Amino acid sequence: MTGWVSAALSVLALVVVLAAVHVPFGDYMARVYDSSKHTWFERATYRVIGVDPDADQRWPVYLRSVLIFSVFSVVSLYALLRLQPFLPLANGKDAMPAFQSLNTAISFVTNTNWQSFSGETLGFLVQMVGLAVQNFWSAAVGMAVLVALIRGFTRTRTDRVGNFWVDLTRGTFRILLPVAFVFAIVLLVSGVIQNFADTTATTLAGGEQILPGGPAASQEAIKELGTNGGGFFNANSAHPFESPTPFTNLLEIALLLVIPFSLPRTFGRMVGQLRQGFAILATMTILWAISVSLTVAAENAHAGAALQAAGAASEGKEVRFGIPMSAVFGASTTLTSTGAVNSMHDSYTPFGGGMTILNMGLGEVAPGGTGSGLYGMLILAVVTVFISGLMVGRTPEYLGKKLGAREVKLASLYILVTPALALIGTGIAMSTETGRSSMLNSGPHGLSEVLYAFTSASNNNGSAFAGLSANTDFYNIALAVAMFLGRFLPIIFVLALAGSLASQTRVPETEGTLPTHRPQFVGLLAIVTVVLAGLVYLPALALGPIAEGLS
Amino acid sequence: MSSVTVHESEQVSVGAFSPKSLVTSLPTALVKLNPRRMIRTPVMFVVLVGSVVTTIAAVLQPTVFAWSIAVWLWLTVIFANLADAVAEGRGKAQAASLRAAKKDSVAKRLEADGSITTIAGVDLHVGDNVVCEAGDVIPGDGDIIEGLASIDESAITGESAPVIRESGGDRCAVTGGTKVLSDRIVISITAEPGSTFIDRMIALVEGTDRRKTPNEIALNILLASLTIVFLIAVAALSPLANYSEAPQTLIVMSALLVCLIPTTIGALLSAIGIAGMDRLVQKNVLALSGRAVEAAGDVSTLLLDKTGTITLGNRQAHELVPAPGIEILELANAAQLASLADTTPEGRSVVVLCKEQFGLRAQEVSEFNDAEWIGFTAQTRMSGVDHDGQMIRKGAAGSVFAWVREQGGTVSPEVEQQVDAIAASGGTPLAVANGPRVLGVIFLKDIIKEGIAERFAELRRMGIRTVMITGDNPATAHAIAAEAGVDDVLAEATPEDKMELIKKEQAGGRLVAMTGDGTNDAPALAQADVGVAMSTGTSAAKEAGNMVDLDSNPTKLLDIVAIGKQLLITRGSLTTFSIANDVAKYFAILPAMFVVVLPGLATLNIMRLGSPNSAILSAVIFNALVIVALIPLALRGVKYRPATSGQLLNRNLLIYGVGGLIAPFIGIKIIDMIVSQIPGIG
Repeated sequence: MTGWVSAALSVLALVVVLAAVHVPFGDYMARVYDSSKHTWFERATYRVIGVDPDADQRWPVYLRSVLIFSVFSVVSLYALLRLQPFLPLANGKDAMPAFQSLNTAISFVTNTNWQSFSGETLGFLVQMVGLAVQNFWSAAVGMAVLVALIRGFTRTRTDRVGNFWVDLTRGTFRILLPVAFVFAIVLLVSGVIQNFADTTATTLAGGEQILPGGPAASQEAIKELGTNGGGFFNANSAHPFESPTPFTNLLEIALLLVIPFSLPRTFGRMVGQLRQGFAILATMTILWAISVSLTVAAENAHAGAALQAAGAASEGKEVRFGIPMSAVFGASTTLTSTGAVNSMHDSYTPFGGGMTILNMGLGEVAPGGTGSGLYGMLILAVVTVFISGLMVGRTPEYLGKKLGAREVKLASLYILVTPALALIGTGIAMSTETGRSSMLNSGPHGLSEVLYAFTSASNNNGSAFAGLSANTDFYNIALAVAMFLGRFLPIIFVLALAGSLASQTRVPETEGTLPTHRPQFVGLLAIVTVVLAGLVYLPALALGPIAEGLS
Repeated sequence: MSSVTVHESEQVSVGAFSPKSLVTSLPTALVKLNPRRMIRTPVMFVVLVGSVVTTIAAVLQPTVFAWSIAVWLWLTVIFANLADAVAEGRGKAQAASLRAAKKDSVAKRLEADGSITTIAGVDLHVGDNVVCEAGDVIPGDGDIIEGLASIDESAITGESAPVIRESGGDRCAVTGGTKVLSDRIVISITAEPGSTFIDRMIALVEGTDRRKTPNEIALNILLASLTIVFLIAVAALSPLANYSEAPQTLIVMSALLVCLIPTTIGALLSAIGIAGMDRLVQKNVLALSGRAVEAAGDVSTLLLDKTGTITLGNRQAHELVPAPGIEILELANAAQLASLADTTPEGRSVVVLCKEQFGLRAQEVSEFNDAEWIGFTAQTRMSGVDHDGQMIRKGAAGSVFAWVREQGGTVSPEVEQQVDAIAASGGTPLAVANGPRVLGVIFLKDIIKEGIAERFAELRRMGIRTVMITGDNPATAHAIAAEAGVDDVLAEATPEDKMELIKKEQAGGRLVAMTGDGTNDAPALAQADVGVAMSTGTSAAKEAGNMVDLDSNPTKLLDIVAIGKQLLITRGSLTTFSIANDVAKYFAILPAMFVVVLPGLATLNIMRLGSPNSAILSAVIFNALVIVALIPLALRGVKYRPATSGQLLNRNLLIYGVGGLIAPFIGIKIIDMIVSQIPGIG
């Protein structure tokens, strides 16, 4: 049982560290985005890209900037992948096929990091200049969109929601780069590799084996910090070169949770009501804790004879991490849109695997991706306030902003997008021979593989149920569409909502206003989050994991 | 103004609902099946499509199950229409009686040359002048430009006591359909036929020109998007079911979809809105727009006229305070004498006080032959009598003191102190003098309505601020405000001050409600989010406001707020109920759909329903019946008691959230026990 004790202590340490860090880190991020000062380096950047950093944008302009930047990123990453053999540091690797390149480019720009390739097939230049750069930028874009939405709540009677280029630059230079730098070194010191050469090892049998190497540590830090999840190596965080020890495992979990769990504090600070941020944080924490507990429980309790003999479901999990800390990683990575894996979710018990699908189905909000997690949760808060606000006898308002037809329309469209993409995608795949032929397993488990893939892509998570052969034209294209729409349609609605909120005056809070900082609201928000996702995904889950688990 | 007891309307009234109305409204409900009308409620339109699809499927492959589902889906749509029809039906009777008042009116038009032409009421135009005499029904809305008449307005207000209307001032408006009881008046018509007050009232109570209110639109959008999500979820389920070798029939898919989409609230939403307006009508308030009813729930500042709302209409003599060295009896004598010719309620209350406290017999003016009575004028602000060589005056303290000094007298500082003290305590000081001697002061007091302080405390708990509007000076105003428990005061208020206050509140994001009756109230009534015009008021005021109170009772503003809140709470609660219902329906339908190929799913059949067919049918039947069961609640509105938002939410969540979760488990189980007895289902 010592494994369980150490796991419990690890989770405790995780919670304590995050609880301690989220306050100063959240406050710091609020200062970054609220500040009116620019560093000399940022000024130089703005001059190069030709932006007036002190000119705030209207929401359509902000949105256009996001889209232009993202399309530029997709195109340049696509070009890098296609031109790999002609670039330096290619290590003799070939160009990636067209559809796969498109899938990969969209995947990394949308912060999904779905990989239909294995990391080992890429050269170091593409890894560093292509994928790693997108790891920073896609995370910074998510935070920028979030900050614009927060400004919608804080500002009144204006059509300006901030400057995307400033928010992007600051998020990259002041938040992601310094933290990633520090933790790249920590990971390096803890045994994650950072080199430019492959190693040839002699196996026990006396044969020779080439172990691919590369600058992994520098990529590993931002992979987790930016909730990206794209592995340097195919085996992702299960690979000893990416995460060699239980300590690095715990550190990676902490890194992938730290920004999403600190942003509610940033939100509370920016809207001038810390308790509002705390309520959101509490909701995220409760959902995370429940999900982690259920996943761990599911992995621990299994009916299979072999698994009972082993004590738990250990297939597909690394012995050095143990079952509980694999499950904690699995739940955390699917709840944060990270999609890094330290164990194979395909091998989880039916209910454990089902939890990972449901986690993503929640909409990546507990705590969700960098920026996207909080804006998703704020959208759910808008829906919750709308329904429960009516029950106190007023037309609903959140943080002093009225939720009228326009606001509800945008929030409704937001919550409609990802389930629609995931379910339509799954439906199409299951009704075509091409879609079904990629499944490794038959029966409910095969269905789970496909459902997992589309849920993961639509919600920009990026992890995979390992069984599915996703490198086919069908899946490369279908999942690319799901990732692209799953990222940018919600962003359109979020920014439109930001503009709509910013143009309003603030309604003063009275005794008659629905309080959105009390446990009552926290509970409601958590229930609405679960019920909305549950009702939509339940039929599909019933035919996949639930059917498998109950048989 | 009718008399008011504040407590009468503590709780929003319960509208009558008779099960019989379900039957009588059935034909209307069937007429409403028109798809072009149905598409306005996307949720119910989906059910309509589902009904058509299942009917076709049942015709092609007739089974007891198929026909049962088809019939119950149709019933679901019809029940939803029934809710609308019943809600609208309640206004029909009222509309009929209003129509009776309107019909066959004949107008005596006064031509420019002074002659009179008799024409039909419907041929009148704005600007025409008409003559009405005793016994005539007034042919259209207008203002009296000549004369005075007593008018029976019972056709509109239901109040049988006649009211006086006269040219000039704030009581010149008359309404078409009311009846002149005495005298002769000339009316200038202010509304075209078809858009008169009575026409608008008919349209309102019938709900014919009802438009969706902003919050209703927002809720509809949310419901529509939930419907789309479920539509996608069910559509995507089909290939998954085929893959799992458990292909589903269109009938089962339609049943699942209808059970998942929020039909309960979708069916009742517009009935809730109609019923909200109807509850106002029952309170004798006409909301000229549904938006105003919704805004009433949101109001955070109430502007209340002191007189009539907070205090009874008139001040009353409360105490006599003699000047130093004056016998109180001498003061009482003089006060009574000076008030005999004063027929205002204040004057009469002085006579009454003198009689009750000092036993002075009320003398008659006719007993004094040689007396010269001096009436009250706005300039002198005094009344009195010259009699027996004495000159007795009573009036506003300042005016009387000035008069005393003119007579060569002085005013002692003690008396001035008494005057200030009375003013500070919220009273109105009247000084009484006999020639150069000040005899003392009469304390006129505002009588605050019983129970009003408690209502204001309630409002405060609901987060609503009350502002008292008065023409009194600040000291007086604040004293009354403190006694009545209002939050703020606008003293010495002019119409411009009111307007400014409203704009200031609105600039701070607060919604403002007010009442008014005068023409000079009109701009403020138009500016306020909820402007309640008194039916006795001018037509300008009635045009400007978005509600008209037929009883002309300003205290009703509090009821209007309660009805607005109740409307919103009903919507929210039934939405919560509707969504919470889905959980149980899943537990009924999902295992039923797939248990044959995936026997493990039987575990989810926690209700232990008889058979897959009976489970699905039971869920559909429950879904339909719950609409009928909730029609009375939708019409009545959920119970509303003033409380803080947290308490309200807890209560409603418990009843409609938790209740909505549990009720269908029980309901579906009971229905299943019956349905599974049917051959071909069980």
